[in-house]
Amino acid sequence: MSGRTYLGLPAFPEAAAQSTRNATLRGNLRRATHTIRDKRARAVAELDDWQRLRAAGAAIKTRTLRHLDHYLGQAEAAVTAAGGQVHWAADGAEANRIVTELVRATGETEVVKVKSMATQEIGLNDALAGAGITACETDLAELIVQLGDDLPSHILVPAIHRNRSEIRDIFRERMADWGRPAPDGLTDRPAELAEAARLHLREKFLRAKVAVSGANFVVAESGTLVVVESEGNGRMCLTLPETLISVVGIEKVVPTWQDLEVFLQLLPRSSTAERMNPYTSMWTGTTDGDGPRNFHLVLLDNGRTDTLADTVGRQALRCIRCSACLNVCPVYERAGGHAYGSAYPGPIGAILMPQLRGTDSELDASLPFASSLCGACYEVCPVAIDIPEVLVHLRERVVEGGEVVRGGTKVTIRPAKGHAAERAAMRAARWTLDHPGALRTAQRLASRTRRLHPRRLPGPGRAWSDTRAVPEVPAEPFRDWWRRTREESTK
Amino acid sequence: MRVALFVTCVNDTLFPRTGRAVVTLLERLGVEVDFPQAQTCCGQPQFNTGYRHETEPLVRRYATAFDGYDFVVTPSGSCAAMVRDNYPRIGAKAAAEGRGAELAEAAARAVPKTYELTEFLVDVLEVVDVGAYYPHTVTYHPTCHGLRLLGLGDRPRRLLEHVRGLELRELPGAEECCGFGGTFALKNAAVSAAMGADKARSITATGADAVCTVDNSCLMHIGGTLTRLGSTVRPVHIAEILASTERTREVAR
Repeated sequence: MSGRTYLGLPAFPEAAAQSTRNATLRGNLRRATHTIRDKRARAVAELDDWQRLRAAGAAIKTRTLRHLDHYLGQAEAAVTAAGGQVHWAADGAEANRIVTELVRATGETEVVKVKSMATQEIGLNDALAGAGITACETDLAELIVQLGDDLPSHILVPAIHRNRSEIRDIFRERMADWGRPAPDGLTDRPAELAEAARLHLREKFLRAKVAVSGANFVVAESGTLVVVESEGNGRMCLTLPETLISVVGIEKVVPTWQDLEVFLQLLPRSSTAERMNPYTSMWTGTTDGDGPRNFHLVLLDNGRTDTLADTVGRQALRCIRCSACLNVCPVYERAGGHAYGSAYPGPIGAILMPQLRGTDSELDASLPFASSLCGACYEVCPVAIDIPEVLVHLRERVVEGGEVVRGGTKVTIRPAKGHAAERAAMRAARWTLDHPGALRTAQRLASRTRRLHPRRLPGPGRAWSDTRAVPEVPAEPFRDWWRRTREESTK
Repeated sequence: MRVALFVTCVNDTLFPRTGRAVVTLLERLGVEVDFPQAQTCCGQPQFNTGYRHETEPLVRRYATAFDGYDFVVTPSGSCAAMVRDNYPRIGAKAAAEGRGAELAEAAARAVPKTYELTEFLVDVLEVVDVGAYYPHTVTYHPTCHGLRLLGLGDRPRRLLEHVRGLELRELPGAEECCGFGGTFALKNAAVSAAMGADKARSITATGADAVCTVDNSCLMHIGGTLTRLGSTVRPVHIAEILASTERTREVAR
C-alpha cells in the first residue's frame, strides 16, 4: 500500500504554475499559514529576550556542528551505556536496510510510527512496504496523508493542503483499508474527525510491538532522546511497544541539558505558537519495567557531512524543523509544499535539498530560485539561518558549477543545463555596465525607438508581459538629462 | 560634505523622473549633489541570480566612481542593501579564493558611505519635514530589502506623515513581498504574478490614489500588475512625493 513518491516530479516553476491555479489549494494554504503566522508572532512577542534566545540557539548549533564528531561519539557512548544500540547509516538506503532488518528480527509485520522528518526524507515507509512490513503513521496529519495516498506538503502540518471536508472524505473512503473504519455518518466537524482518528489509531497503539520514531534532539552528555509533539500519539508509540527504533539525523545532537533548555523555548513558539508543547517525551536507553525492552538509534548522515564542508551552506544544518519559514513564505503560500518535490518544502527545503541531494536533477537545480529573496524566512528563523544568503550561494553553484564535497570527496561540478543563454546575457550585461559609454548608447537607442516598443514582449520577456504592463521607456535617460542641464550649463 | 547621487541603472534608464526628484529634493534642502558619470549598476541582478563573478567588475566600478565622496545617496532600498550586505561577501569570497584583498577593500570603501534616500534624510540630514506638498491619498508598501535588510523602520512613514496635503492609508498585509524579486519575476512568473495580484488587490482596497515605495523595481512590477488588472492607482516613488511642492508641476499628477 505504498503512496506517491517524490521521484520524477517536475521542476519547481512548472509544478508551482500548476498549483497557483488551484483555487481550493490557495484558499486552504492562505487560511492555514496566516493563522499560524499570526499566532507565532504573538507567542514570540511575549518574550522580551527572544533575539538573545535566537542568538543562543544559533551559537549552540554552530558550536555543536563544528565539533560534531566529538558530540556524536559522546552520544553513542552514553546511549550504549544506557542499554541502547547505536547504528550508523551513511545514506538513506543504508538506514532503510538497518531498520528493515531490525523489524524483521522481531518477526513483526506492522510498526507504528511517530511523525518523523528523517524517515520521510529517506522514504522508509516504502522500503518497509517492499519488505512486507506495514508502517502506520499515527500523527493525525500524517495519517490523513497516508490514507489519501498523498505526500506531505508541510513540515509541521503535512496535510495543510487539505480542508475539513476533504479529510472527512478520505476518512470515509480509506480508513477501512487500514483498520477500524470511520464511524457511520462522520461529518467534517473537527471534534468528530479527531475522534474517528483516535478510535482508528487506538487499536494500532495497543497491538503494536514495534515503533519507529525520529527525534527532535539527542542530548550527548546523557544519551537522551527528545520528541516534542502535540497529540500524544508519540507518547503512545514511545512507551507501549517492546521495540523502539529511532532514526535521527546526525545534526540533531545538542551537547547538554542546559543547551536543550534553549531549544525547548525556541521550538514550540516558532512551530505551533505555543509556550510549551503538550507532550515532551524523553528517554535514555532502556529502563527495566518501563517502556520498550529494546532500543535502537540509527544515526543518519545522508549528505549531512558533505553539507558541513560548505562554509556558507552548512548553516542549514542548524534547522530544528519548526516550519516558521514555511508559514511566512509568500512563495510557499502560493506554490504549496508539493512543488518543492521533497519531504522538506518551503525556504528551508530550497536550501536543504540541493545540498543533501545535490543539484543534478532539474528539480533540485530549480529550488534555489524558488524565492523572491524577501527575507521573511530569515527574520522568523529561531536559529537565524540566513536562508536568502544560502539561496544565492546555491544559485551560483547551479549556474556556474564549482567545487563541492560529495560522499566525502571534493568534486568539481559543471553548471546545470539550461542556463547557457542566461549566462551569455549576464556576460553581455556586465560588459555593457562596465562601459558607461556603451550603456549610454544602448539607453539612447531604447529612448529613440520607444514609440516602436511592443506592449507584449517576445521570447523570455513574455513571462513578464503576460501579467504585467511593460514600463514605457522615457524620452531621455537620467544621465543625458544631467549632462544637458548641469554639465553643459557650467561649461 | 560631498554628496553623490547613485541613481541606479533602473532609474537611469526607465525612471529618470525619480533621479530628477532626488536632485530637486536634496538641493532644496541645501545639499549640493553630484552625479559621477562612471557609475552604472550595483550588480544586484547578476549577484542574486548566481553570477557573482560577473558582479565583481561592478563592485570595483562602484567603489571607484564614488571615491572622494563622503556620502552616496540612492533612491533604491535594494541597491543600497546590495552594496551594504553583499559587497563585503563578494570581497570575502574573492579573498577566500586566493585572489587577494582588493575587492574586500573596494567593498570597505563603498559600504560606510552608501545611504538609501530616506536614511540619508532622517539619519544624516536629520529632517523629517522636507517641506513637501502632495494633495493625494497615498498608501505605502515597505519593500522587502528596505524593510528587512536595511531596517528602514518608520523613516519613510515619518517623512510621508510630514507631507502637507497627503493622506496616508494603511496597506493591509503591508510587509508581504509584492513578488518582484528580480529575475524571480521571470523564472517563477506564475508565483510572482500571483503575489503581485494579491498585493495589487490590497492596494486597490485602500482606496488610495497612489502607492509609493522606496524602490522603482518593485513599483514597476506593482504598477504593471495594477494596469493589467484595470486599476487606476498610480505607482509613485517616494522621492517624487518628497520633491513635490505647491510650485512643482508633479503635484498635478
